[in-house]
Amino acid sequence: MNVLVFLIPISLFLGGLGLVAFFWFIKSQQFDDPQGDAERILAKDFDDHPRSE
Amino acid sequence: MSYAQMSACPACSAAPAAETTARARDVKDTHIVLSLPAIHCAACISGVERTLMGQAGVKAARVNLTLKRAQIETDHTTDTETLLKALTDAGYESYELDAGALSATQTDRQGRAILTRLAVAGFAMMNVMLLSVAVWSGASDATRDMFHLISAVIAVPAIAFSAQPFFISASNALSARRLNMDVPISLAIILAAGMSLFETFQSGSHAYFDAALSLTFFLLAGRYLDYRTRSVARSAAQELTALEVPRATLESGAIVPINTVSKGDILRVVPGARVPVDGIVTQGASELDRSLLTGETLPVGVDVGAVLNAGEINLTGPLLVQVTAAGQDSSLHRLADLVAMAETSRNRYTSLADRAAQIYAPAVHLLSFVAFIGWVWMSGDIRHALNVAVAVLIITCPCALGLAVPAVTTAASGRLFRAGMLIKSSTALERLAEIDTVVFDKTGTLTEGCPALSNWHDISVENREIAAALAVGSAHPLSVAIADEAKKLGGKTAPLRDVTEVPGQGVEARWNGQVVRLGRASWIGAEALPQTATYLKVGDQPPVAFTFVDQLRAGAQAAVTALKAQGKHVVLLSGDAPAAVADIAGRVGIEAWKASCLPMEKALRVGELSRAGRKVLMVGDGLNDTAALAAAHVSISPASALDATRVLSDIVLLGKSLAPISEATQVSVSATRRIKENFAVAAGYNMIAIPVALAGFATPFAAALAMSLSSITVSLNALRLRGLK
Repeated sequence: MNVLVFLIPISLFLGGLGLVAFFWFIKSQQFDDPQGDAERILAKDFDDHPRSE
Repeated sequence: MSYAQMSACPACSAAPAAETTARARDVKDTHIVLSLPAIHCAACISGVERTLMGQAGVKAARVNLTLKRAQIETDHTTDTETLLKALTDAGYESYELDAGALSATQTDRQGRAILTRLAVAGFAMMNVMLLSVAVWSGASDATRDMFHLISAVIAVPAIAFSAQPFFISASNALSARRLNMDVPISLAIILAAGMSLFETFQSGSHAYFDAALSLTFFLLAGRYLDYRTRSVARSAAQELTALEVPRATLESGAIVPINTVSKGDILRVVPGARVPVDGIVTQGASELDRSLLTGETLPVGVDVGAVLNAGEINLTGPLLVQVTAAGQDSSLHRLADLVAMAETSRNRYTSLADRAAQIYAPAVHLLSFVAFIGWVWMSGDIRHALNVAVAVLIITCPCALGLAVPAVTTAASGRLFRAGMLIKSSTALERLAEIDTVVFDKTGTLTEGCPALSNWHDISVENREIAAALAVGSAHPLSVAIADEAKKLGGKTAPLRDVTEVPGQGVEARWNGQVVRLGRASWIGAEALPQTATYLKVGDQPPVAFTFVDQLRAGAQAAVTALKAQGKHVVLLSGDAPAAVADIAGRVGIEAWKASCLPMEKALRVGELSRAGRKVLMVGDGLNDTAALAAAHVSISPASALDATRVLSDIVLLGKSLAPISEATQVSVSATRRIKENFAVAAGYNMIAIPVALAGFATPFAAALAMSLSSITVSLNALRLRGLK
């Protein structure tokens, strides 16, 4: 069971990494127009100039 | 350089007032927001963006499909009207929004804050839940204590951060000596966390960290759904006040914000513009479209000395107007007092959720207190009694209740938003479900508010071409109708010379050496027909009449038929003349109608119906409808309505068609049924779980299971609304 000493911190760290990534997604406004982004990926004319904010 | 700085930051610029005024328009228009109610696909996005980018002066344009809105960066060489016109020509319905009033960043920040709390709660919940699985499956002694301790280290800061909205709302309610849903929620979260901390240090066997966290997570999810629905509606409500961008043109030609205009100023009102103030005409003659204020379809002629009201549209000639009342004092705003009075009666409506909370909150506290007293009295073990009391609080915590309403309203509003309706009031759906009578306004609601030619095909080709050529330059609704009809059939017009518009009378020109005139019967020398008509006279030939009928709004007939099929009583109240009202009533199939209603009369009729025990849905667009809209149980107005009217109504139709109304009533009925079902589901879970908790058998595992199951059941039940046919 001593392996838990490593496993628990590692799993918390990995989970935390995901959390930080999620904060970054929120901050970079990736949830502002979910419907539009879903449609845009299908259209050809955005290939040359992707979203710039 | 200093020039650029000055226009970039109008607030800091110390430029003289005149200079600021002259440039106010440029500064204001650098960031334009447009509402695009009809866009729905990738092709629409690229179409709109390409159209906008193709306009001179547009630096950047971006469409937000979720909010159905476009953000545009421009320089001073273009203005909003050009962009709106370009979009209309490309086939996209669009309206201007006041970028300043939208304050999108502020609402966005709020949304992100809730999402961040939700993420933290979710992260902590999943970790603690995994640690709990080990405890549930039999970890004991030192291992269990260590797992509890790790859970505590994760849970306590996570709760302190994520559950803040509940704590704040609960303390606000308590300091106002009220009980709301957040009081039992906060109490359960705090007691569960506190009790679990105590148990952890005492090496106890039960810790409720997972329950406290999942409670926070599920409730925040409900809050977030609620926030999203309301933020769309809130931004829309602002959007709607913003639709009428308030500007006025001074005599000198400078364009200024309406709030800087004061009594005695002289304003210029060009043809096609809305009169921004109450005033008296000092120069010029024209015709006014009063349909939004009175419901009259036909324009009224005005001359020097005539009294104008804010909101009327100037049609044919430029006018100089001396301001008698502006802003808060104008007739438009005085009507607001009337409306405010009627509004208070409607605010007494208590939503289903509030009614449930009023019973629920005291009952839960009483129950857990009884459990505590009971166990102390029976066993004398205070620690165990406290444990049971906490278990009761957690199990009865209105987790499913907190999700029950937001999940349903989100699903229903999302569905109606796709159908082109915006739900502005949070209780509108519940109220809409109760209605049994529908009152329609005529002009602008059942009809487009603009006339359509009825005898075009009886008129000779030559006369058609002359009339079309005369009509093309005028903003008068009858001229516009003729020009539109001519454009539809090829658009050939006769070559005219010296075209002049005689304000208040008609248009005159020379054609092949003869004088041709299009206008009023009295001016032409024709005999006036009993119906709406304009007359053409070519040289010495006898005058030719062009007759018009009111054009029905798209979907008007379908909406009325569907509402009648649903068993609703449909009524038409209009301020227009009896003949016109009878004609429309006959065409859409409404038996009960009343013409020549004054604004107060409409409100009185609606009040009468309400007193007779009927729940009235009022559909209207004009200022003369506002009092009636406020007096009704629930109200709908089209997007073309005047801003004061739209702000007042609970639901706004974004598109042109009236057809979604019948769908809305159906969806609202099933939404209310889902909400009640959800309450029943939540109550059912409690019915089973409470006796178990009272008996002291509720383990943290049972609590977690009950909570998740009820929340998932409730959410799934709400989602059924989306697929409803």
